[in-house]
Amino acid sequence: MNVPVVQPWIVLSFCSAIFFIGLAGVLIRRNILIIIMCIELMLNAVNLTLVTYSEILNDLGGEMAVFFVIVVAAVESAIGLSLVIAVFRTLRTVDTDSIQSLRG
Amino acid sequence: MTISPIFFYVFAGMATAFALITILKKSPAAAAFSLVMVFFSFAGIYAVLGAHLVSALQVIVYAGAIMVLFVFVIMLLNADSPSLDAARSPMWLRALGLGTGAVLLCFFVWAFRNSAPLAATGNYSAQQVAQMGGNTRVLSRLLFSEWVYPFELTSALILAGIVGAVAIAKRKVPGDGGVS
Repeated sequence: MNVPVVQPWIVLSFCSAIFFIGLAGVLIRRNILIIIMCIELMLNAVNLTLVTYSEILNDLGGEMAVFFVIVVAAVESAIGLSLVIAVFRTLRTVDTDSIQSLRG
Repeated sequence: MTISPIFFYVFAGMATAFALITILKKSPAAAAFSLVMVFFSFAGIYAVLGAHLVSALQVIVYAGAIMVLFVFVIMLLNADSPSLDAARSPMWLRALGLGTGAVLLCFFVWAFRNSAPLAATGNYSAQQVAQMGGNTRVLSRLLFSEWVYPFELTSALILAGIVGAVAIAKRKVPGDGGVS
């Protein structure tokens, strides 16, 4: 089995691919729940970038930053989902095209 | 940096495929379950990279706690109505979005490919970490010595998050008997 060695730039390119998939999801979807999921996807891509650089530089600061990003992501999704519940109770929809109470 | 190629390519392929399913599937429940698979693949990649504590946290916090929250809200709101609404935006807007994403991705790959290799300046190479008792032990030592103030601040953040989530979700809405 002769598979070429994985270079750091391949891992970093994979991270940016996942990040742009998440960004495209935020742009093309209209369901708030899926938009929040795509934000989690982008956060994951950034986490993997931090871990990769931590491996390249032999410095554990990157992995420590990932620890804090995970905490912030958990809090962010809890707040975001409670906002979704509040919006759904008021407007009975999770579709961003129907949520336009602030439109002038 | 030594990465096992077979494991990396398998996990990276799985993650990319399931990420595409997440953004392209119509049903939110299907998107949520593909996202769980993306998180598991990421945990595998972390393990391949030698970040064992982050790998465990990824499974416990992301694939466990956060995704349970998502699935719970999808079931609670009964919001599993399909909505892939790219079809609602005009053609030129979709083309512009995908084109911009593709161009940026190519630019990033080009930049990563052509940048000079970085020198390993830190004191935590894989051998040194293994000598000091493994990834988890070294990270825990750092967390409770050098990073203890940020660590304490996250507890304040989590407390604010709990209070905020309960206050937002629990408030009475006029003319509403609760979530049905």
